[in-house]
Amino acid sequence: MGDPNETARATRRHFLAGTAGLAVAGVTQTQAENAKNLPPNVANWTRQLGEGVGVRAYGNPSKYEKDVIRRTVPWLTATPESSVSFTPLHQLGGIITPNGLCFERHHGGIAEINPEDYRLMVHGLVDKPLIFTLDELKRLPPVSKIYFLECAANSGMEWRGAQLNGCQYTHGMVHCVQYTGVMLKLLLEQAGLRPGAKWIMAEGGDAAAMNRSIPLSKALDDCIVAYRMNGEMLRPEQGYPVRLVVPGWEGNVWIKWLRRIKVGDQPWFTREETSKYTDLLENGKARQFTFVMDAKSVITSPSPQAPVRQKGFNIISGLAWSGRGKVKRVDVSLDGGRNWRTARIDGPVLDKACVRFYFEFEWNGEELLLQSRAMDDTRYVQPSKDALRKVRGINSIYHNNGIQTWALKADGELENVEVG
Amino acid sequence: MSKLARLSLVVALLLALAEPVLAQARKDAPHNYGIGHAATADQIAGWDIDTRPDGQGAPPGRGSVKEGEKVYMDKCVACHGEFGESAGRWPQVAQGKGTLASHDPVKTVGSYFPYLSSVIDYIRRAMPFGDAQSLGNDELYAVTAYVLYLNDIIDNKFVLSKETWDKVKMPNAGGFFDDDRETAEKAFWNFNPCMKDCRGPVKIIGRAGAIDVTPDEKTQKRGVE
Repeated sequence: MGDPNETARATRRHFLAGTAGLAVAGVTQTQAENAKNLPPNVANWTRQLGEGVGVRAYGNPSKYEKDVIRRTVPWLTATPESSVSFTPLHQLGGIITPNGLCFERHHGGIAEINPEDYRLMVHGLVDKPLIFTLDELKRLPPVSKIYFLECAANSGMEWRGAQLNGCQYTHGMVHCVQYTGVMLKLLLEQAGLRPGAKWIMAEGGDAAAMNRSIPLSKALDDCIVAYRMNGEMLRPEQGYPVRLVVPGWEGNVWIKWLRRIKVGDQPWFTREETSKYTDLLENGKARQFTFVMDAKSVITSPSPQAPVRQKGFNIISGLAWSGRGKVKRVDVSLDGGRNWRTARIDGPVLDKACVRFYFEFEWNGEELLLQSRAMDDTRYVQPSKDALRKVRGINSIYHNNGIQTWALKADGELENVEVG
Repeated sequence: MSKLARLSLVVALLLALAEPVLAQARKDAPHNYGIGHAATADQIAGWDIDTRPDGQGAPPGRGSVKEGEKVYMDKCVACHGEFGESAGRWPQVAQGKGTLASHDPVKTVGSYFPYLSSVIDYIRRAMPFGDAQSLGNDELYAVTAYVLYLNDIIDNKFVLSKETWDKVKMPNAGGFFDDDRETAEKAFWNFNPCMKDCRGPVKIIGRAGAIDVTPDEKTQKRGVE
């Protein structure tokens, strides 16, 4: 503490938590700032020199942004090495997720791989089994593409009703990044596919040696063997030095720390595609190979971690994505899904990438039930949670793309609620 | 024109006609960049650890339930529990029979895994947790046999190997079907989703605040400044 802005923030939060009206919030806020830095005074940072170049050789966010971090839900898992941390969606804008905030899902901790020791093996039903070094992968013609990556278990805790209070926890297992790498098709061509090739198995070099089967048609279509994200080399948490990019498909098949691609004539039915990442329905039977992530959206602000601070003009902001193609439209409801209006999509609309949407409204302190509904270019419409439960039951864990409801209360706070 | 000369002319004509086709084929043929080096049989063998339901990839070796009990008690029991019931939140590997259609499904090797290979492949690559790929092939078969025994899938005299592989019948082998969302959930495709008066009065029927399991954000800080 001792930092005036820090105190201001704490005061504001305390104020919002109270029930006093919001009308005077603006005034209170101003009083809590450090008056010495405000007009007509000349601010500290104007009088004094700042740090020179090179002090921040790899730049970090401002110290005032230190609560913009990935967060965990410790009770979810037995150990942090096989667990998840969530992207703070409520604190981000645009469609690109900063590398350090991309959610993590590891099954055996973060492998720390020396790029000199990195090898990728391609073998199985091929003419010429090959090994590539990282430098060799980088010598091959690169592509750069922006894609979302969503864990199949995103919103998985919400099947039985509203559980976690914040879009970071309910929806924070998604991120959207520009990847650079080599088309998987090109690597398979170098090895030469043999007749009968129908599936590949991708395997990680981490302590889980994560392995998943992927149909050859997808491997030859748009998969990338990627080594860069948002321009720089992959972060260790995201599979440094090489991961598989499987556009629009569940995150688990995007094998990190990729060490091996094996070509075969049938799927492997690994533990991760049988015992895990299968969707158990009400009758006790389970869907397998549910790769595609259906269209989904969420209002990121306002949301439980990002309350409404002022009456009057307000903007709803959110993200939408679809594993089947481009987001076509996003609708917003203020009354829990009775009436809908179409939101404004801002920025690029790319295949299998996140889009940013906005919806402007006047708020006078009335209680609202905020929802968003995505539609993609196949005309798939994001279903309500009830509609989804009707066809899937509540035991699926994975692929919960139901419409999220935030209840906006008179004091500007929001809560994750279930509506009926 | 001699017969031979006539034949040569025909061949030449055919080749001339075929040339654009061949050129097209060459253009479509994958470009060989000459990058990457041949993987040797030894290199492949070191990493080629996957196993399929039909037994392809299963390693040589054998292990009995009795031998497996020792491996399990040494290396698995701390997380998975003495009877496979799980210690704390670690995965439960036994029991759970008949729970898949219930409100509280318990997914174990006996109740859920469709194939023996799914178990073997996973233990071989990832177990014991924190000491992956340390088991010998005999230990791998033995501990797998013990887990199958804990699930009443084999008896205590069973010796598991590539040769006895087919005798293991997994109870939930028929419990899975391929993704059919595009037909089973066809109703979610809709050109004109409702925009006005789409439902009756809306009531709040559940609140995350009431459940109160959201972590306290103040306790989580960025590690490195």
